[in-house]
Order: sequence, then C-alpha cells, then structure tokens
Amino acid sequence: MLSVNDIYKVFNPGTVNEKVALRNVTVTLEEGDFVTLIGGNGAGKSTLLNSIAGVFPIDKGSIVIDGVDVTKLSEHKRASLLGRVFQDPMMGTAANMWIEENLALAFRRGKKRTLKWGITHKERMMYKELLEPLGLGLENRLTTKVGLLSGGQRQALTLLMATLKRPKLLLLDEHTAALDPKTAQKVLELSDQFIKEGNLTTLMITHNMRDAIKYGNRLIMMHDGHIILDIKGEEKKKLTVENLLERFGKVSGEEFANDRALLA
Amino acid sequence: MLQIILGAVSLGLLWAIMTIGVYITYRILDIADLTVEGTLAMGAAIAAQAITSGVNPYAATGLALVGGLIAGFTTGILHTQLKIPALLSGILTMIALYSINLRIMGKANISLLRMDTVYTWLQNLGLSDTNAVIALGLVFVLVIVCFLYWFFGTEIGCAIRATGNNPKMVRAQGINTDTMKIIGLVLSNGLVAISGALIAQSQSFADVQMGTGSIVIGLASVIIGEVLFGKKNFFSRLISLVLGAITYRIIIALVLKMGMPANDLKLFTAITVAIALSLPVFRSYLNPVKISLKEGR
Repeated sequence: MLSVNDIYKVFNPGTVNEKVALRNVTVTLEEGDFVTLIGGNGAGKSTLLNSIAGVFPIDKGSIVIDGVDVTKLSEHKRASLLGRVFQDPMMGTAANMWIEENLALAFRRGKKRTLKWGITHKERMMYKELLEPLGLGLENRLTTKVGLLSGGQRQALTLLMATLKRPKLLLLDEHTAALDPKTAQKVLELSDQFIKEGNLTTLMITHNMRDAIKYGNRLIMMHDGHIILDIKGEEKKKLTVENLLERFGKVSGEEFANDRALLA
Repeated sequence: MLQIILGAVSLGLLWAIMTIGVYITYRILDIADLTVEGTLAMGAAIAAQAITSGVNPYAATGLALVGGLIAGFTTGILHTQLKIPALLSGILTMIALYSINLRIMGKANISLLRMDTVYTWLQNLGLSDTNAVIALGLVFVLVIVCFLYWFFGTEIGCAIRATGNNPKMVRAQGINTDTMKIIGLVLSNGLVAISGALIAQSQSFADVQMGTGSIVIGLASVIIGEVLFGKKNFFSRLISLVLGAITYRIIIALVLKMGMPANDLKLFTAITVAIALSLPVFRSYLNPVKISLKEGR
C-alpha cells in the first residue's frame, strides 16, 4: 500500500543549522497495516510523515502509495490518496467555516472543484448521521463555526474528515498530543475504531509508548533519521514498555531520553 | 443637505463595488492587495479612452473589467508562481499600472464631458444626474452581490474561503491553494476596475491619480460596514459592505460640510482606519480581566 524507498532529507543544507532528518529510510506498509511510529524528538518521525504527504520535496529516494509514484507530486495532488490529522487541532479544519462546510470540503477530497453548490441537502443528512455516533452533539450544530469547538471536538471532526472519503493511507501526526489525557484517550479510541471499521492502512506518530504498544499491529521506532526497530505480529502483542526501552538501548546504544514518552 | 446626502449615496454605491473587491482579498483571502490602487485608475482609464474613441459605454465598462481581471491575474502569478510576498506583488503591479494607465490614456487625464456614458439613457428618461447614478449603481451592486453570494457558495467559492482561512488544511483536501488565490485576486480586481469605470463616468473624467489611497478607503468601508451593520451570514456581510461604503461617503461629506479642508481628507481617512484596526488592542487595555478569563490563563 505504501512503499518508502531509501529516502533522504536534509534541512538547511550547507548552513550551520544543517540537519539530516532522514537517512536512507526504507519501509513498506501492507494493506490494512496500522503502524505506530515512535521515537525521541528529532528522530525524524514527522519528517517521514510530511515527506509522504508531500509537504516538502525529498532529496533522494522514492515514495509509492497504492501503486502511484508520488515522489514528484505536489501536496494537493497526493491528497486524493491520503487522510491526514495534524498535531495542532487548529491545523486540520477551517476555523471560520461551519462544521458542514468543513465536511463538504473533505467530502470532495481529490475531486475537481466546480461551480456546483459547495454542499447539497443530501450531504447534510449524511453528515448528521456520521456525526451522531461521535457522541459530541455536533450533529445538531452543523452551522456552528469550527473555531468555537474544543480541541477534542476539532480533532474528532478532523478524523471524520480524513476518513470521509476512504483514504489509501491515513496519516496521524501525534494527533492527540495537544489534548488533555482524558480527551486524548477518547480521540485515540475513536481513531482505532475508525481504522478497524474501515480497515484503513494507517501510520500514526505517538510520543506515548503505552499507546504505541496498545494500538496497531506493528510498531516502528526511529532514532536519528533511521528506523531502528520494526516489530510486528505476535512479537508486537507481547511487547511491554520495559522491554521496548531495553531493546531501544541495545539498538541505539543510548538511553531513551524522553520524559514525555516515559511518564505518559 | 439632502443633495449632499444623495450625492454621498451615489458615490458610495459606486465605491461599494470597489469595497467588495477589497473585502474579497483582505477578509476572504487574508491578503492585503495593493493592486487595487492601480486597478481603480485602470478601470477609469480604459473606460474613458474607449468612450472617447466611440465605444458603447457599457462595452467600455466591460473592457475595464477585462483589464482588471488581467491586473489581478498578474499579481496572482507574481505571488503564487514567482513566490513574491503578496504585499510586494500588489505594489509591483500597482506601480506598473501607473505607467500602463498613462499609456492607455496617452495623458494624465481624460474628460468625459458631453460624452455618452452608462448613465446617459437614465438622464434622458428625466432622472437627475445624481439619481441616475444611484439607480444604475444599485443595479450594479445588486447584481454583483447576488453573483458573489452564489459564487462563494459553490465548490470553488468554498475552497477560496477555506484557503484564506487555513491553506494547509485546504491542500490536505486536495485543493491547489495557488489557483484559489489567483481566482480571488482576479475577481477582486475585476470588480475594482468596474468600480473605477463607473466612477470615472459619473464624475466625467478619468485621472491617472484617482486610485491613490483607494485601498484605505476600501478598508475603511469594510470596517465601518462590519462594525455598524454586523456580519451574521455571508449575504448580510455583503450588504454591510455596501452600507459601509455609503456610510463612509456620508461621513466624508459631513466633515467637509463642517469645514474640514479637502486636502486633509486622506489624513482623516488614514487616522480613522488606524483607529478602527487597532480597536481590539484598545479593548484589551480597557477590559484586561475579561480577556484573560476568556483565554483561561
């Protein structure tokens, strides 16, 4: 479903701020894979996700999603293949527009925009039905500006938007990191439910080791621009935080120095 | 007095079209587009030159529209394809238009006295000059408001609104934000050019300088409209822009009547806009507690 081949990305080349973010990363995701991606700050997790999404061009290597080589495609052209939820709840929605308008934008992902009405009556009914199971009461607030919603509500809405038109690959970039713990759990469970129901191929960044172990069928750990651990299947099910830390130490030769990941 | 008010209303209606253009870039796209200063004069220049060359005044206004669309497109290309910051792109096109407008007219100004204009047939029906402008201005404004209300409800219109709001999200939904910005700039400058053409015909001359300071007048009208007439939904927003433009003209007419020298007009407008734009800052000084509670800090 996704194959990332030997990609390399350096930021600010030739300056004192030069930073190699991805060092020849290769990874393949099978259809239906739910991968949790973990690693310390600066490990290259977000760079990997943003490279796949086309936020910036990569220096070397290629990216193929569902048989389409997207390496040279601009961000908006790849969007038809991707569903994305960002870390910042403000990032995934248009704050000054209504809930239904945001959903209508997402419903047309990958379609050419025309001079037809931006939202139809039939769609409104559908959005109501889809919002109801979220249990947030949004189904009765279709014409509320998204800016008035809480962070958790906005992330739940963004999640719905990302999956409204089934994406070939769902990219979750620490989408619960900015929420309070209780809301974060809810949004995470909701994500899990969406992914299972739709059998969506997913790549989810998290800082939380427990979540990385609890969710998904495969765990990838990055360090200093490399993939250092790739654990799947039965092995992943048996994983604990302690033995993950131990394996990290063995592979990287360093302590896993990230309070956020440890304490969470 | 009534004459003064009516005169202000007629002028306000014509400037309302320009105000709507400024609103599209400044509020919807979140770009301060200075192209309009050149486009307003360009609309006037094209219409005046065409009319004096014997073109039908409505066709001349249409030509002005085309000129405006091209000007907006130029700024759009400079900004989105050549990656020049929006403000600077607008300034570049504006400066270029100054020379282009002089070339169009062949001199600094053209008189339209005793020429047939878009208003002539209404005046022939027995309407006074001012009433003819009001009648035709209303028709133009209504058609434009209805058109925009429809347009910004379409898929493309929604995408343009979202682009000004959160371009990152819009790209994630598979929309080319560059295209949306260009469409918005084209539309905006087209309207401003129509406004320039109609203003030139109502005042019976076109001048290469007439765009100077127009962006500030447009912003003043946008803000007056928003503050005084609310912004409940998109339709009432569009109407509030028209009322804002008219109110601005009435205020100007009144301060001039009260004896302010006409030379101070632009200073007065600039100060008004500066105060209006800085209102949020003053509010936070006056109500620091309320604000901090709201933000939860």
